[in-house]
Amino acid sequence: MHMADALISPAVGGIMWAVSAGFTGYSVRKLTKDPDEGIVPLMGVMGAFVFAAQMINFTIPGTGSSGHIGGGMLLSALLGPVGGFLTLASVLLIQALFFGDGGLLAYGCNLANMGIFTSFVIYPLVWRRIMKKGVTAKRIWWGSVLSVVAALQLGAFSVVLETFASGRTELPFSAFVVLMQPIHLAIGVVEGLVTAAVLTFVWQARPELIEPNRAHLQAGVSLRKVLVVMGIAVVLTGGALSLFASSFPDGLEWSMFGVMGEEEITAAGTVHSTFSDIQEKTAVLPDYTFKVPDGATELTETAALAGTSVSGLVGGAMTLVLAGLIGFAVTRFRKRETHA
Amino acid sequence: MSHHRLEAIHLKYAYPDGHEALHDVSFEATHGECVGIIGANGAGKSTLLMLLMGLLHPGAGTVRIGEVELTRKTLPDIRKRVGMVFQNPDDQLFMPTVGEDAAFGPRNAGLSESEVQEKVTAALSRVGILHLRDRAPFKLSGGEKHAAAIASVLAMDPDILVLDEPTAGLDPRARRRVMGLLESFSHTRLITGHDLDMILALCPRVVILREGRVAADGPSSTLLADSELMEACGLEVPLSLQPCAKCGYVGHRKCQVDMPQTGGSPCESR
Amino acid sequence: MPDVSSAVRDMHRMEALARSNTGVHRLHPVTKLLTVLMFLIAALSFERHAFGRLLPLFLFPVLTAALADLPWKPFLKRLLFVEPFVIGIGILNPLFDQVPVPFAGFEAARGWFTFLSLFLKTTLTVLAALQLIACTGMERLLAGLHAMGLPRVLVLQVSLTYRYLTVLAEEAGRLLTAYSLRAPGQKGIRFSAWGSLAGMLLLRSFDRAQRIHHAMQLRGYDGHVPLPPGTMPGMADAVWFFGWSCWFALVRFVDLPLWLGRLMTGG
Repeated sequence: MHMADALISPAVGGIMWAVSAGFTGYSVRKLTKDPDEGIVPLMGVMGAFVFAAQMINFTIPGTGSSGHIGGGMLLSALLGPVGGFLTLASVLLIQALFFGDGGLLAYGCNLANMGIFTSFVIYPLVWRRIMKKGVTAKRIWWGSVLSVVAALQLGAFSVVLETFASGRTELPFSAFVVLMQPIHLAIGVVEGLVTAAVLTFVWQARPELIEPNRAHLQAGVSLRKVLVVMGIAVVLTGGALSLFASSFPDGLEWSMFGVMGEEEITAAGTVHSTFSDIQEKTAVLPDYTFKVPDGATELTETAALAGTSVSGLVGGAMTLVLAGLIGFAVTRFRKRETHA
Repeated sequence: MSHHRLEAIHLKYAYPDGHEALHDVSFEATHGECVGIIGANGAGKSTLLMLLMGLLHPGAGTVRIGEVELTRKTLPDIRKRVGMVFQNPDDQLFMPTVGEDAAFGPRNAGLSESEVQEKVTAALSRVGILHLRDRAPFKLSGGEKHAAAIASVLAMDPDILVLDEPTAGLDPRARRRVMGLLESFSHTRLITGHDLDMILALCPRVVILREGRVAADGPSSTLLADSELMEACGLEVPLSLQPCAKCGYVGHRKCQVDMPQTGGSPCESR
Repeated sequence: MPDVSSAVRDMHRMEALARSNTGVHRLHPVTKLLTVLMFLIAALSFERHAFGRLLPLFLFPVLTAALADLPWKPFLKRLLFVEPFVIGIGILNPLFDQVPVPFAGFEAARGWFTFLSLFLKTTLTVLAALQLIACTGMERLLAGLHAMGLPRVLVLQVSLTYRYLTVLAEEAGRLLTAYSLRAPGQKGIRFSAWGSLAGMLLLRSFDRAQRIHHAMQLRGYDGHVPLPPGTMPGMADAVWFFGWSCWFALVRFVDLPLWLGRLMTGG
């Protein structure tokens, strides 16, 4: 689920950063208005808990495989959506910095995919509704599984959209969706069950810890507000994307302008491939259309962009060697200096 | 009259679930005194400390520090004067480095940055870990963690120190070092613990709690040696006050019975 | 459970690297953050076939490693963990885009370059992020983020999460050891113990959070977070940031490898 930097364009990364920053700012305001100062240390420790809990392998009955705890829904159920969202934000930040799980520019995307949907969409729409009539063990089970599955589906779809809007991979939209959604359905069921098991245990031992006691932290998170904020985010994202993007006839592919003003040069259209043998090879994805070159100039331009002409390759190799040499020289020089 | 006086007057406390932890506890610690607070698990030690620190509010009775009564209003001021060292230093060292942790209290007190750094330096030097200033807490040994936790409290210049099991989980050498440190302070000290040898060595006076009441209050050397009292309170006479298994003598002197293998003396080694 | 300890060990190693005192370490955290940001924008703004043109960007991680005395092994090891996801998504590219592109006298499917481009970008971006923390450290990085507008509450919260990660991971490790000793041969936690195992850890974490809150209150915490005053960037910071920015811009707008290659081959 962690989105890597390499998959996104600066434009998409920037927009998602802005959206996430908006939600973070809103959450912080809500939190600092709250007189419950104990929530900050609790959020800090809960973040660490999610880390530790993610290291536990839960064996899935009837299969040889195992799953992990997700954390987003668990945090929201225990800390309220605002606290849960901010706690997840700190977990994602540490994962990006220390483990390279999800990039720095993709941080906004990850926060949106895993945090915003869980805390500000699924929590009020699914979890809250189910718990409205009072917490019972059965409701915890249903609520956890449904919430986690729904959150992961939204998140996975968002990953596909972001990847697609960035145009950094050739994977067709439909294929990506077909790949991502079922995988995350399975992951969601397992994560939902683990979350439910943990929440039920906590509820039986210390019922006061399961959320309603933090009601003041969600009074303001009304459905209408959420929808308004999401709407603004969608309009912003869509507007910015359409600024950058030009859609192809099939309406699915976007080509991005480089953020620095250079127009991306790709195959100018998508025409059905004439190579039937190729079509056969990829029959799993029948509605995909292959790109064929439009003209010779376009080809050389692609080659130039990719840097794959002979001179380009020689030069590329040389820059690598040069970079290595400079690094080596600096290291040697620094060692001598410290010895002297 | 001194600030360094701590008084508990008829303290009563019941937890929200109805469990009555303290029934009626009164005692007093005067300037520079080092008082041990002991009792079996569940006797009310932790509750008492929470009440003294204002983390819980008593159902009845009062806590007085110097001449000031502990109320919600006087709480911030009193917390500057009473410092508490937690049993588990991991709970107390919550900042990313030892130095930052020691700076947390002074910064909250609104001191200028140069004053903050002065206090931090002084506190870390006092416990002998100035060189660990930039170290992350998870890089410290058990003894170093305890020292850092003590320093973080010292940095606030308290008049009174409350220490919850200061030697728990330490190896013998680290335990000895922490004890030496505590012995060298001139603050009024309240020390709890199950390490009764430590209590005996540090505190001339003990308050023994039993089921939420003060069972005894007096000189450690007499009370801790009273096996009947100790038994009744769910405790045991500390090793150093138990008679030598060989010669039956209580106290430090050469064992009367020779040990053939080593020729050593169990009495002396205590 | 090797998982727990190895992740924590990796973190501690990063923290240890951040403790040395080279010129790069001494740079202002905001400078380093902004420079890495420029680097990321430059690298990611290359379109999806860019391959050769990404190579000059390697000067940044290479020189950072040299100047900050950073080893390569732990970083490359981390890369190995992260790379598979991107490779998984990218490996299909040659199937989907078979436009032939001249490649050193031969022709190759253009999808290969999309794939290679993804691979290079992952390597570059992950290295940059890891090196950033390894030559800055969490504490100083948070100070930098605070200077750039991260609210105090979040600074405290992130630093608490970072601080207690080790403590809770060790606690989880002990729980898992206790479990596996009484359930020999089991690879994971079986269903009946799911709730109680993680739930116990959770309840203990709640109690710990309360004790920490007490410790904070006793030292004057009232919801307001005290932070050390920030420092100001100096001359070296300006040189680092603008120097690298110029290099990134040059690499982005001028096809250096092509230029260099033509010079060498006379093409």
